[in-house]
Amino acid sequence: MTERQFDSDLLQFDCEKEADRIGALLRETLLRAFKKEGAVVAMSGGIDSSVVAALAVRDLGKKRVFGLLMPERDSASETLPLSRQLAEHLGIQYAHEDISPMLEAAGCYRRRDEAIRRAIPDYGPGCKSKIVLPPFVEDQRLRLFKVVVQYPDGRLTESVLNLEAYLGIVAATSFKQRTRKMLEYYHADRLNYAVLGTTNRLEYELGFFVKLGDGAADFKPIAHLYKTQVYRMADFLQLPETIRQRPPTTDTYSLPQSQEEFYFSLPCDKMDLVLCGKNNGYHAAEVGPAVRLTPQQVEWVFRDIEAKRRVARYLLAPPVLVEAISSEPDPPPPASSLSRAPSSIPQV
Amino acid sequence: MRDYHKGIRDFILTNLVFDEGAALGNDTSFLDSGLIDSTGFLELIMFLESTYGIKVAPEEMVPGNLDSIDRAAQFLKRKLGEDTA
Repeated sequence: MTERQFDSDLLQFDCEKEADRIGALLRETLLRAFKKEGAVVAMSGGIDSSVVAALAVRDLGKKRVFGLLMPERDSASETLPLSRQLAEHLGIQYAHEDISPMLEAAGCYRRRDEAIRRAIPDYGPGCKSKIVLPPFVEDQRLRLFKVVVQYPDGRLTESVLNLEAYLGIVAATSFKQRTRKMLEYYHADRLNYAVLGTTNRLEYELGFFVKLGDGAADFKPIAHLYKTQVYRMADFLQLPETIRQRPPTTDTYSLPQSQEEFYFSLPCDKMDLVLCGKNNGYHAAEVGPAVRLTPQQVEWVFRDIEAKRRVARYLLAPPVLVEAISSEPDPPPPASSLSRAPSSIPQV
Repeated sequence: MRDYHKGIRDFILTNLVFDEGAALGNDTSFLDSGLIDSTGFLELIMFLESTYGIKVAPEEMVPGNLDSIDRAAQFLKRKLGEDTA
């Protein structure tokens, strides 16, 4: 058992000090190590990308930060105005790129709809959908995805997804994150900038991102911050109230979908505490009171964390090589060896 | 009476554990051991449905029916009307 009692104060931190620490590494990495002139940030109007953009402006200056607003037809109506509001609040250059035509051309929506029809055959034009997991803390521990569909007349229906339907829906919707990343790197390449990732600790550690989609980046300023800490940083950075108050959303499906119902076992603030407790060696019985769960329920969440970490290992893994190849430059030859080097100038 | 343990074990070791020689107890909990995740359970359900011609209803997708080789075999027997216990 650990010495310190477990409570939410474990997530307290000095925002200014942490922002300075992130900033120092950001400047060192982007400007000196990578020789990049600035940073591209995909901005969704959500708290994570807003904090990343604000940290970049704080540390690099607004002239070295470029924002990308990339909604598509399933994005929430407030996504574009909120992300534009933040870009203008920060005073950065930005571009609005609607990715719906690209997704249409790649067959994202068609493939997703075909996969949904494997579970709900009459899913068609005008229907909206999302996929959800059952709440974790019931007795039912076999958490399998369901698709929820709203027909044009407002009726709702749902169905448990079989393997083919589930994988098909996830694969098709992943086009969205990967298309956005393609545009981020387009703008990064033309500006000689680096790409900043916006995943927070819950997402990074538990694999809540798309491989080579929103999981790809050159620098991830908040991947070590729990969601609660991201909100505290947003307060410190004095982000607009509308953005700080916006509930977390995946903004991926045409029906509003919270991160809790799609992936995490619990609301983000409780998930933070359970993950923090597990990371710091606390037992389920110590964590339970702080999140109002029984020790058994906390144990279930611990096991879910372990399962998700296994998924995250694959998502985070770099390519495997058959043999190690050094990417370090060769050291310069010793000065005394230069005089012995054969001359490359032809002797006449 | 058919014994479904071997078929279920072979499927899990070949397709979900990827180690055909691994030791796997008939009563080992897939959830507790972390051997199978939620996608793995979907694959197990698809295997049972396609191999044995059954349909697993949503309310039957519970640990009591699927969380070990023993439980899956017993569940299969019930679905096929072979459980005389």
